[in-house]
Amino acid sequence: MKFTLSWLKDHLATAAALEEISAKLTAIGLEVEKIEDPAAMLAGFVVGHVVSAEKHPDADKLQCLVVDTGTEQLKVVCGAPNARAGLKGVFAPAGSYIPGLDVTLKKANIRGQESNGMMCSERELLLSDEHKGIIELPQDAETGSPAVLALNLGDPVIEINLTPNRGDCAGVLGIARDLAAAGLGTLKPLQADAVAGMFKSPVSVALKDMKACPLFLGRAIKGVANGASPEWLQKRLKAVGQKPISALVDITNYFSTGLCRPLHVYDADKLSGNIHVRLSKKGEKVAALNDNTYELDDGMVVICDESGVIGLGGVMGGTSTAVDANTKNVYIECAYFDPAAIAKTGQKLQIDSDARYRFERGVDPAFTAGGMELATRMVLDICGGNPGEVFVAGTAPDNMRTIAYRPEKLAALGGRDLAEARQKEILSSLGFKLVGWNARTPSWRHDVTGVADLVEEILRIDGYDNIPAVPVVRAAGEKMPEPAPLQKRAAAAKRALATRGLYETVTWSFMESVKSDLFGARANQNKAALTLVNPISAELSQMRPSILPNLIDAAGKNADRGIPDAALFEIGRIYVSPENDGQPVVAAGLRSGNAARRHWSQKARAADAFDAKADALDALRCCGVNTASLQITRDAPDWYHPGRSGSLRLGQNVLAHFGEIHPGVLESLKRDEAFAGFEIFLENIPAPKKKGPQKSLLKPSPFQPVSRDFAFIVDETLEAEKLVRAVAEADKKLITDVEIFDIYAGKGVEDGKKSVAVAVTLQPVEKTLTDEEITAMGTKIVAAVKNIGGVLRT
Amino acid sequence: MSNIEALKKELVDTVKAANDIAALEEVRVSALGKKGKVTDMMKTLGSLAPDERKQMGQALNLLKDEISAEIEARAALLRQKEMAARLQNETVDVTLSPRPFAQGTLHPITRTLEDLTAIFADMGFAVKEGPEIEDDFHNFTALNFPAGHPARQMHDTFYLPDVAGGEGDAAKRLLRTHTSTVQVHVMQNQKPPIRVVIPGRTYRSDYDQTHTPMFHQLEGLMIDKTTHMGHLKGCLIELCKRFFEVDTLATRFRPSFFPFTEPSAEMDIGCSRGKDELKIGEGGDWLEILGCGMVHPNVLKNCGIDAEEYQGFAFGMGVERMAMLKYGIPDLRTFFESDLRWLKHYGFGPQETV
Repeated sequence: MKFTLSWLKDHLATAAALEEISAKLTAIGLEVEKIEDPAAMLAGFVVGHVVSAEKHPDADKLQCLVVDTGTEQLKVVCGAPNARAGLKGVFAPAGSYIPGLDVTLKKANIRGQESNGMMCSERELLLSDEHKGIIELPQDAETGSPAVLALNLGDPVIEINLTPNRGDCAGVLGIARDLAAAGLGTLKPLQADAVAGMFKSPVSVALKDMKACPLFLGRAIKGVANGASPEWLQKRLKAVGQKPISALVDITNYFSTGLCRPLHVYDADKLSGNIHVRLSKKGEKVAALNDNTYELDDGMVVICDESGVIGLGGVMGGTSTAVDANTKNVYIECAYFDPAAIAKTGQKLQIDSDARYRFERGVDPAFTAGGMELATRMVLDICGGNPGEVFVAGTAPDNMRTIAYRPEKLAALGGRDLAEARQKEILSSLGFKLVGWNARTPSWRHDVTGVADLVEEILRIDGYDNIPAVPVVRAAGEKMPEPAPLQKRAAAAKRALATRGLYETVTWSFMESVKSDLFGARANQNKAALTLVNPISAELSQMRPSILPNLIDAAGKNADRGIPDAALFEIGRIYVSPENDGQPVVAAGLRSGNAARRHWSQKARAADAFDAKADALDALRCCGVNTASLQITRDAPDWYHPGRSGSLRLGQNVLAHFGEIHPGVLESLKRDEAFAGFEIFLENIPAPKKKGPQKSLLKPSPFQPVSRDFAFIVDETLEAEKLVRAVAEADKKLITDVEIFDIYAGKGVEDGKKSVAVAVTLQPVEKTLTDEEITAMGTKIVAAVKNIGGVLRT
Repeated sequence: MSNIEALKKELVDTVKAANDIAALEEVRVSALGKKGKVTDMMKTLGSLAPDERKQMGQALNLLKDEISAEIEARAALLRQKEMAARLQNETVDVTLSPRPFAQGTLHPITRTLEDLTAIFADMGFAVKEGPEIEDDFHNFTALNFPAGHPARQMHDTFYLPDVAGGEGDAAKRLLRTHTSTVQVHVMQNQKPPIRVVIPGRTYRSDYDQTHTPMFHQLEGLMIDKTTHMGHLKGCLIELCKRFFEVDTLATRFRPSFFPFTEPSAEMDIGCSRGKDELKIGEGGDWLEILGCGMVHPNVLKNCGIDAEEYQGFAFGMGVERMAMLKYGIPDLRTFFESDLRWLKHYGFGPQETV
């Protein structure tokens, strides 16, 4: 909402300065977004008189001027073709900031000639796009006087950020009323005396839906002249960003912005018969004033004459009855439309108009007749003509409420102690009628519905600064709240993964449909339910079924930037269904390029499934999982390489997938490099069985552990896990660790077989092992491996 | 006796000539070993007269001690030399880079949320989370947004298809436009007193220099019988002073409007704007950082809480904005670009404590 200071002062008698007004507006909830004060912007710019103008000795298109600034005569080099002796223009001395050029002027030497400022064009002052020459002021402009005055630019423009509840302040009048209540001046009364009608209304109005349009006032004025509106009116409209069109249209715009009283003016000679207001039927059409033709739905408020629909009530008029330069006779509409009906029509047709903005926030229904009289006067003043009688259809709706206020609520809810008399004074100044503590709301305040609203009214006028701050502390002896298990896991996983060298990132929760298909969306029966109806773009349309494609994209972009080794992770939701339980939290990670980089101390090594497995296991360990009890199965989803991936699970419960990304998927994603990744389902991690912080008791053996190495020849396809388990189970008490330290296939080993070397740690607990006992244990181990088809390599 | 002197001189010379520990050991054996020169002379003592034997014995013992001491001294010197040579030999170029140790970083959003929730935990607020795909009831209706109200349009909502066969606002699916949805879940499931903060992703259909379609909010809710606007101010002023680490931080509360709070406010913090930097604290300018207010009685009612008995405040802030202001990160969009240079620069090491 934009308005000018002088416009405000039409309604508010105040001695307050602009800064004080601005601060008060913000303090009472009408937040000032911007003030354009030409006086401040052009301070220091003066009327300059060009005393002489001679051609620059070394430049064809430049002239050397001598400018009288009122206090001195300065040399100025100027390139404007219209610069000449005798001209009066706007002079900016060195040191001025030129808004249109975004530069601060300095004294300069231009091709050997001194220049102490500049003569400005309109564009340089952001007044218009005009830049053919410098500004020419009237000859009676006083040399040396402020340019702002000579340019007639003195009126600051104030823009406030109007919250949607304050429809009453969508007009300058309402803003003035609020400022007056806040003690910043006195509200000037409106002179809305009735204008006597000289003839009966030639047009009648019938209301067919009293809820959507309960009140419609119409008045004919004959013999008007619809030329350009007067300069003062044009200037005001321009200042707030509206384009002057014609006197009649400008008057309606002026009422909308000034008094929050939208009007419509019909060309009476284009009306066919009488007017009726009803709800539209599906398929009806109307050509609106914004040059669009709208096809209507059922239930929109339409203004009709005998020709059909001629306007969208409270939203936009139609072209068939629009006023133009030849208009002689007019019919003025001043009506009240229901906010919900207008909002619905405006949203459906996507029309943003000044009328809709005000009606959907609620205009003052009690100011319909007054608005009509004021509008009539203004039309008569500007366009002339003879007024008819006002035709009144319907009655103003009673939107006022009585709220049983209690003054102690101010302290109880608002935390502010204020004398009852002061509370009464504030409410009265805002237009509330008090009977005891029963407050009757003013007709312009649709938004005030309960005691809490009245508390806010008093607080905001008194000032939020006056509410004493009270600290919020935990009660004595109350402990700090514990994070929930899922939060603890997410935090632990983040630290584990970052410590392992992965960088945490945050990517969109939505992605391109074709990408999502590669990661499980296609197979999900809920896919359509997880597709945005109104996405920003096709790339951001499908709720992600996995985080991995986003990480692959991210790694790819980094590679394209010259950083080929990426290690990224993200913790966030994936979307399996649109229900509350269909949005699990996943920790996903991805490595590409080298996991070990090229270095004097080591060989470079590309990231593979075992890096992803290590990442996943370490994160699970830090989330409290006993990783030794996890089973590994070869059933990762189909976006993983089927031979280089696995799932980590506890029985049926899958905690994670890991592995290299399927090369076919990468081909579809147009990535050449290899990727290894993992996905951990944080909510699937079982709660720890252990209660309390105590650890089990450590019983260190006094005897040294013994390590023995074995090499077995086994089938090439035998899984390592199976061999390790077989060895470990040869003696569950003595064998404490089994580690594979070498795998070999090739020369010396039969085809279809491999040699696996295992280090076995035996930890005696009762006595030192004898050589015989160690040998016997070796025999047991070899026998155990024989059961799964392995033989000791000899 | 003169032959003892001569032997001594000879032995001392050979000890001094020994250039390594092995040579010195040979010298020791040739002098003091079983067949050594001194030992040989000891063996001749038996053939001497008692007086002479005594005298000669003492002299030989003295010689033995002297040579032993010479050998020991020489050995110490040689060991020192050998150590010096070994150290010289083992010298490496310590200016080489160390063995690689890769460490990643945590995203500034993680760090900011951890900072914020830690401060709130100290004030007794627990963390709650909730779903991001929501229904119209939790996002709007329960929060006192009437159907068709202009405030709904300010939210630029992303919609998903309605649930098949469903009806009303529970069937309408959307991406939550604010974390206030979780207020509703909490109040429906927990009796007051309530003190919770709610971090999470939120979505609005807006994408330009200062808006991204996804961003994070931190929501707060405190409900009991006595909490009022003064507590709201006290809580948030302390939060901002602690979060921004500025004891003298200037703060301001302005009246505003949110459908789910009444009275409503926006909070600004003081700042001063330099040419290229923004300094949080004091100074002539204000920066808006969050919206807040007393929970609207309609919201309490919609969530099954007696609005006559209970009251309290709620607030919501943009997490990226808080991070940008605290850490001086200039561009919102970069939070979601996964640029490793950015993640390294603006991220936090996993060991950096809150």
